[in-house]
Amino acid sequence: MAPTIVVVGHGMVGHRFLEEAVARGLHETHRIVVLAEERRAAYDRVHLSSFFDGASTEDLALSPDEWFLDHGIELALGEPATELLVHERTIVTAAGRRIPYDACVLASGSSAFVPPIDGHDAAGCFVYRTLDDLEAIRAWASGASAGVVVGGGLLGLEAANAVRLLGLRTSVVEMAPRLMAVQLDDGGGRALRGHVDALGIEVHTGVAVAGVATTPDGRVAGLRLGGGEDAAERTLPAELVVFAAGIRPRDQLARVADLPVGERGGVVIDDRCATAAPGVYAIGEVACHSGRVYGLVAPGQVMAEVVADQIAGGGLTFAGADLSTRLKLLGVEVASVGNPHAEGHEIVVSDPLVGTWKRAVLDDEHRLVGAVLVGDAAPFGHLVSALRTGTAVTDALAMLSPPPVGGAAGPMADEASVCSCHNVCAGTIRGAVDDGHEEVPAVKACTKAGTGCGSCVPILQELIDEQLAASGRAVVRHLCPHFAMSRAELFDVVSVTGIRTFRELVERHGTGRGCEICKPAVASMFASLASGYILDGEQASLQDTNDHFLANLQRDGTYSVIPRIPGGEITPEKLIVIGEVARDFDLYTKITGGQRIDLLGARVDDLPAIWARLVAAGFESGHAYGKALRTVKSCVGTVWCRYGVQDSVQLAVDLELRYRGLRSPHKLKMAVSGCARECAEAQGKDVGVIATERGWNLYVGGNGGMRPAHAQLLAEDLDTETLVRSIDRYLMWYIRTADRLERTATWQRKLPGGIDQVRRVVMDDALGIGADLEADMARHVESYECEWTATLNDAERLSRFRSIVNDPEGAPLPTRVEIRGQRVPE
Amino acid sequence: MSRVPDAALDVAARNPDALGAGRWEGVCRIHDLTPDRGVAALVDGVPVAVFLLSGGELLAIDDLDPFSGASVLSRGIVGDVAGEPTVASPVYKQRFLLRTGRCIEDPSVSVVTWPVRVRGGRVEVAVP
Ligand code: SRM
Ligand SMILES: Cc1cc2nc3c(=O)[nH]c(=O)nc-3n(C[C@H](O)[C@H](O)[C@H](O)COP(=O)(O)OP(=O)(O)OC[C@H]3O[C@@H](n4cnc5c(N)ncnc54)[C@H](O)[C@@H]3O)c2cc1C
Ligand code: SF4
Ligand code: FES
Repeated sequence: MAPTIVVVGHGMVGHRFLEEAVARGLHETHRIVVLAEERRAAYDRVHLSSFFDGASTEDLALSPDEWFLDHGIELALGEPATELLVHERTIVTAAGRRIPYDACVLASGSSAFVPPIDGHDAAGCFVYRTLDDLEAIRAWASGASAGVVVGGGLLGLEAANAVRLLGLRTSVVEMAPRLMAVQLDDGGGRALRGHVDALGIEVHTGVAVAGVATTPDGRVAGLRLGGGEDAAERTLPAELVVFAAGIRPRDQLARVADLPVGERGGVVIDDRCATAAPGVYAIGEVACHSGRVYGLVAPGQVMAEVVADQIAGGGLTFAGADLSTRLKLLGVEVASVGNPHAEGHEIVVSDPLVGTWKRAVLDDEHRLVGAVLVGDAAPFGHLVSALRTGTAVTDALAMLSPPPVGGAAGPMADEASVCSCHNVCAGTIRGAVDDGHEEVPAVKACTKAGTGCGSCVPILQELIDEQLAASGRAVVRHLCPHFAMSRAELFDVVSVTGIRTFRELVERHGTGRGCEICKPAVASMFASLASGYILDGEQASLQDTNDHFLANLQRDGTYSVIPRIPGGEITPEKLIVIGEVARDFDLYTKITGGQRIDLLGARVDDLPAIWARLVAAGFESGHAYGKALRTVKSCVGTVWCRYGVQDSVQLAVDLELRYRGLRSPHKLKMAVSGCARECAEAQGKDVGVIATERGWNLYVGGNGGMRPAHAQLLAEDLDTETLVRSIDRYLMWYIRTADRLERTATWQRKLPGGIDQVRRVVMDDALGIGADLEADMARHVESYECEWTATLNDAERLSRFRSIVNDPEGAPLPTRVEIRGQRVPE
Repeated sequence: MSRVPDAALDVAARNPDALGAGRWEGVCRIHDLTPDRGVAALVDGVPVAVFLLSGGELLAIDDLDPFSGASVLSRGIVGDVAGEPTVASPVYKQRFLLRTGRCIEDPSVSVVTWPVRVRGGRVEVAVP
């Protein structure tokens, strides 16, 4: 019979062991049995919280079910191990099975620590460790209004954010005097706290927990605080309590088997990850190496690889791991390098206004011993590199504020850690690029870097670009097979050569006849640069159907009509016209999410007649069909609202009229709020403006949609003229340099230097292109004309609006059914 | 361009099966077409998408998009894949090879191709 490997626990590290075992062919020489306590196969615990952002359990799964079948691995879900009989080399399971092993790998992880306080097991108390925990929290939260999280470390803050996302009033209670006491120093804790406060999470630090208050029927009623800095006892009312105050290794099997455990738990292992019992290994959070239990996934992954290698007869060992980590918590970048609490020569760069704190500590020889980064983790790679190489630091300030590209901080050393989740260093990435993996997905697949928390992906991209450039290979992100250059490069070609026909462009700078990717992209560039009628001459063949018919295609082949309603402001007369048009052409009407009205279900053939009526009533195209400005949302502002401090409607209308028709790499949305209450949701827009007592605050790069992003503050208290000039520059710079279908949020995130670079270019004109950008915008504003008005005035253009070339009646309306008093597709 | 020889037309008209293509039906003037763009025409009650490529070649396929069930292929963007002309459905963007009707994203799906030609400035599609 084949020798047997039994794996106890199918968590992240246990699963990594299986992958490493398969990579070494152990599944072909061994029977592999995995005992899993949870009823689900291993999933991505690091991203557990994304469950509350809409990730499904399938999204979090680490391998498809077939993987186990394909490799002949026996996965026993819901069958935990109950006994480890080291002398008989046998594992006993909860189902009563006795499985003899040749090798046994303990990967049972850890459990959340629940302090033994009064009421700790009341209904409504939870921990934050498994998908089951999260499902239970979600179910309970639906009947709750407030929640308290015990613990202000990494886990506690993640749990707090989850409670917040569930719509509960949220507080965090932490015994230590600051948040993330283990990883951060006081300054870092303070900066992080600023961000947490801004999210509306109430933070209590330096407070001890006395017990859980309960209702007579044993449900959570609140958390009793007492002792610590504020000695008086009081109760935080809440119906839900989450304990996230630390973890305890699940070493029970080993304890009962009399294997040595660490002082604070964890099965003791040597450098081969072997325990005291023959054939028994321990890896991940259940293992204690050199007196230390690692609560992070990366060291566990290394242990997994070591054990697979040992069983396969290799000589790999585990030499301990450095605790440098880089995380994104509640949208805030946080990192700690080496010993964050080290003493020595301190260099601190801090900006309390934006909430950054960066502190490095050097020893007498000027070698880095530790660092803390909050709000900006960009220097992480260089710091880790400096720590590992142990070289003297010459310019610590530059190291903490690395310039966006290349620059003083110099290239990362090969041994510098890039991906802390999977322990991948810069050299490995460079090697992968040299082996022909030239894009992020390929590099991810072969190095695993970037497949954990994902926070290192931007660095991956930079390293790939650097390495390609260094080896003389061009860094090109091809627009499509017809143009071997990026959108930004093609934009430059168009702008410099003055070429204004696709045919000439593709003949001189591309190949073939183009496609559905490059044609609309090029049409958009022509439109951004020249603002002519977008359907004249050859341009007609470049546009996708929405731009072609100046309307949005619906699923049944009909179109929608959205007239522009600047700022969302509309007169009763115009409302009546919309109503009449909809009634006469049998269109379904709906208020859109963009403060205007959508008329749906129009036949191509009816579009001109519909628009003739709308244009006669003073409406214009709303460009809902174009990659162009959509709406500028407004709130009522000073005109009506008792809190308004500026006329937000006027500004919204002005902005909408200024930028209407502006073609861009993707759609553009804006909003103006009359005060900080933000009823227009400006911080979720590409460009958001919020009124202040002294003028306007300008936010950029916000996004709803699939990956929501908060806009970032670009400048404060601007007068209207400066505001408009800044928006002109911002938009034009984005239009010039973004990739196809890249919203401002993504563009800004990928931009080296991010918002700071935007500020330098837009506000300080660091590139000296401000005047050019403004001139481009002035050209757009001047040459704007309503595409629908232009169409109606031209018989030739109108002749396109025929659904059937040989039937003047046109295609009949597809079948309709009635719902809620209106007619819709079947 | 038509793959049916001129001399055979009379035969074809009398005996629709003789050449695999039957009667020719005029659908529009060649000037009604924009290069690299399609139009929809009703041929024997069936919507057909007719395309004029910028090189002058005429091609026709079903207008009905098998993926969305909407009659819209004539409104897609014309392009090429390795030199073979294609149209991308405007609904879910699958591409179809204009010469064979085969879908590139899902080769198990294809649409019918229709013989098409120009006679005296008129575009004609063969009725099967
Ligand atoms: C009509 C409307 C829904 C409604 O009934 O409210 C709508 C409808 C469509 N949206 Fe939207 N979106 C509408 C407001 C929004 C909003 C809300 C807003 O603008 O405040 C958002 C989130 C905000 C944002 O964009 O940041 C939104 C995020 C999207 C996205 C995701 C964009 C992203 O960056 O992830 C898409 C997909 C895309 O563009 O690639 C999309 C795409 C679409 C498309 C174009 C999908 C399609 O290809 O058919 C829909 C066609 C519109 C049409 O009329 O045929 N729609 N869409 C709204 C039109 C607003 C308007 O007056 O112009
Ligand atoms: C919300 C959250 C966020 C996190 N974020 C990060 C992060 O950003 N970065 C980072 O590095 N780390 C993070 N971690 C920690 C990381 O998830 C762990 O380090 C990692 O999961 C440890 O893997 P493991 O396999 O050792 O343990 P686990 O993933 O806990 O797996 C152990 C498995 O063994 C099972 N088991 C236990 N006893 C038995 C038994 N007797 N028989 C059978 N099965 C058993 C358990 O049910 C469990 O399924 C986070 C953890 C959580 C909960
Ligand atoms: S954002 Fe301020 S001014 Fe505008 S409606 Fe809301 S409360 Fe009133
Ligand atoms: S650092 Fe988490 S995936 Fe690379």
